[in-house]
Amino acid sequence: MTEPASHAMHDQALQREAAGRWGAAVRISHPADGALEISPNPEVLSEVCGWLFHERGYALATVVAQERAQAWRLLYLFWGGPPAWVRVRIEMPLDRTSLPTIADRVHAADWHEREIEDLFGLSFVGHPRLGDFVLHEEWAEGTNPMRRSFDASRPPAAGSAGEPRWRPGRVVHAAGAFMMPVGPVFSGAAQASHFLLETIGEEVLRTIPRLFYKYRGVEKLAEGRTVDRAVLIAERFTGTSAVAHAWAFCRAVETIAGVTVPRRAELLRAAFAEFERFRHHLAAIAGIVHSTGMTVASSQADLLVEEALRSAGAAVGHRYLFGQVVPGGMYRDWRKDQLDELCRTVESLARRLDTLSRMFRFSSSFLDRLEQVGIVGRGQAEDFGLVGPVARGSGVEADLRTMLPYGSYRELLRVEGHVEQEGDGYARLRVLIAEAQESARLIRKAVARLEPGPVRVEIPAVPGEAIGWCEAPRGATFHWVRLDGDGRVARYRLTTPSFTNWHGFHLAAERFAFQDFPIIMATFGLSTAEGDR
Amino acid sequence: MSKWILRGLATGVKTTRYPRRHDGTPGISPGLPETGTELVFPEAAGAAAAVCPAGALEAEGGRLGADPRRCIHCMRCAWGSHAVPWNGGYEWARWAAESSSAKLAGAFGRSVHLRIVDAGGCDACLSEVTQLNNPYYNMHRLGFFVTPSPRHADVLLVVGPVTTHMRRPLLEAYGAMPGPRRVIAVGSCALTGGLFGPSFTASGGVAEVLPVDVEVPGCPPPPLAILHALLLLTGRGGEAEQVPEPGKGAAR
Repeated sequence: MTEPASHAMHDQALQREAAGRWGAAVRISHPADGALEISPNPEVLSEVCGWLFHERGYALATVVAQERAQAWRLLYLFWGGPPAWVRVRIEMPLDRTSLPTIADRVHAADWHEREIEDLFGLSFVGHPRLGDFVLHEEWAEGTNPMRRSFDASRPPAAGSAGEPRWRPGRVVHAAGAFMMPVGPVFSGAAQASHFLLETIGEEVLRTIPRLFYKYRGVEKLAEGRTVDRAVLIAERFTGTSAVAHAWAFCRAVETIAGVTVPRRAELLRAAFAEFERFRHHLAAIAGIVHSTGMTVASSQADLLVEEALRSAGAAVGHRYLFGQVVPGGMYRDWRKDQLDELCRTVESLARRLDTLSRMFRFSSSFLDRLEQVGIVGRGQAEDFGLVGPVARGSGVEADLRTMLPYGSYRELLRVEGHVEQEGDGYARLRVLIAEAQESARLIRKAVARLEPGPVRVEIPAVPGEAIGWCEAPRGATFHWVRLDGDGRVARYRLTTPSFTNWHGFHLAAERFAFQDFPIIMATFGLSTAEGDR
Repeated sequence: MSKWILRGLATGVKTTRYPRRHDGTPGISPGLPETGTELVFPEAAGAAAAVCPAGALEAEGGRLGADPRRCIHCMRCAWGSHAVPWNGGYEWARWAAESSSAKLAGAFGRSVHLRIVDAGGCDACLSEVTQLNNPYYNMHRLGFFVTPSPRHADVLLVVGPVTTHMRRPLLEAYGAMPGPRRVIAVGSCALTGGLFGPSFTASGGVAEVLPVDVEVPGCPPPPLAILHALLLLTGRGGEAEQVPEPGKGAAR
């Protein structure tokens, strides 16, 4: 924890440097929430953001566009520090629809700006590639569903009759060049997404992903709902990390309401979130083994996944832990014997995972498929702001549980992070295995520390805005929420680890052999439900 | 490689005995709210129904009617002060009211090839579909296979509320299938749109886009419920021995 005195010192240092560089072109304020807010003139926006990202080591959490009653307001939220949060704020009149890009300096903002351009109709001057991102050809040109004037109750577009009009901006021109389309419907059970693999013969030169086939407009659908109902959307837009996203949403709501969640609820949340990570990582490991075609090994890994699902179902009623986390705490409490049973299963599964991973290490045909495949360098991972096990496989220690501790990770639970350097498929697998083991340990620790007490407090309906964050199984997630006077959601901005990491997926899918594509996909372990929202 | 083979042998048989026997293993299903529940205080039926955020509960006189197609498994009615009973079990699949198809019997019913389309699901339904291939459920033993081409598919298995962008790929996959072909909608999003539809981005269920034959409720439906849908479709759905079901699928 940062002492208030040193906090103020860091704050002042940052403030002095910004004032020294840009003088009157930036205004600096200290809102009540403890963040540092910088309001630059648009001409220096990109410079200020670039300075925070590259020189001061801040990471971009999210970009929030808001169409307020009087003006456009854009917030660029950076975390790192201290101070932990820096907010760069731009206001402009509603009739202005363009502002300078920051993606020229902060590449991590690239997709945020493309999304805002598509959904709000704001144009980012200097961005090299706007248009056709979230909304595909089914949508009439100029449709901006996140605008207040857009009627969200209208039925979906019927779809275009002809062939898709979409073409990549640039393609490889060479003798024998060929473009192999994959998806959005796959041969097995895979999430909808589309890829063009540009190849000459056996070698794939590069991969062009097209996403947002599953765009459900989650941010818009949440608007106007009470937090009690909106949490159901936060939980269900990506069912395999329900606890993490519900938790992040609830943390934003609880910050606005100014309530403290009871200690028992915080520990239960951590126990369930770690269980979810454990189960997710088991499934990701099973997916990697599948992609390499090891039949017996994948059956063995599948057994662990199903047993994890069953143990959740038996202990708390739902195999994917839906319905647990609600604003103010937990929906209900659980008895010690129910949680102890869960811990015992986790312990036995962790032991079996350990046996399997030792067997993997000596299966050369398995390692051959993973080593030196799908490499993401450390510098690339930093520039793209990658998160989660993908970033940690490339030497970037990015874990919100240790870097921006929340809930019971602040004091009660200490997380031992695990980082690998190589950035290839095998490094990512090792990170997944180590983290699954660490999660198994944390679940037991969280349950052991439970003391009797309440698990839920009332949430008063107050207006306000706040950000909630959580280290989801796939990486950092940020939920920014603004509530109106009735305590209903006025704006919900969701940045998910899959959204962030899909942005860097093409880095790993360059110059590889055809048969490695499923392996690269599996070691990234991303979800389009989570990315598309 | 021999160590893997030995390990496989040492694991033994894990596969469920369903459909020959009812499987009551804890945690294989979250259950569903019981329909026609008679409440101790009949006047509380309205309040109990109001707990449901998905409109799956309805007060009918003093009883509580439950529509499993709308249930999103938030558990609020099971865990709240009204404590609506949930039953275990998983044989939830039903022929769609609008379906005019016959079951895939005879030669077609013993080797059924599935094409799976994710039409905007949250990944939980798809995860449960994936579990059908694990050793616990092993759907191959019953003659169900996933095929890499729609040209070889008999059954289209659809998850998700059908987003604007997935409508066309879904129709094309269906159009590429030879007859006789059947459609199974899996999960409450695929049946009613769930939390996400009908809206500006998604339909109110697969039936708005394609003729659906069998519906599997659940959020997500557990693997055995999806297996039950396949058995129902091939005329093998009613064979599970009706041993008394365990009092509850979910912990209370």
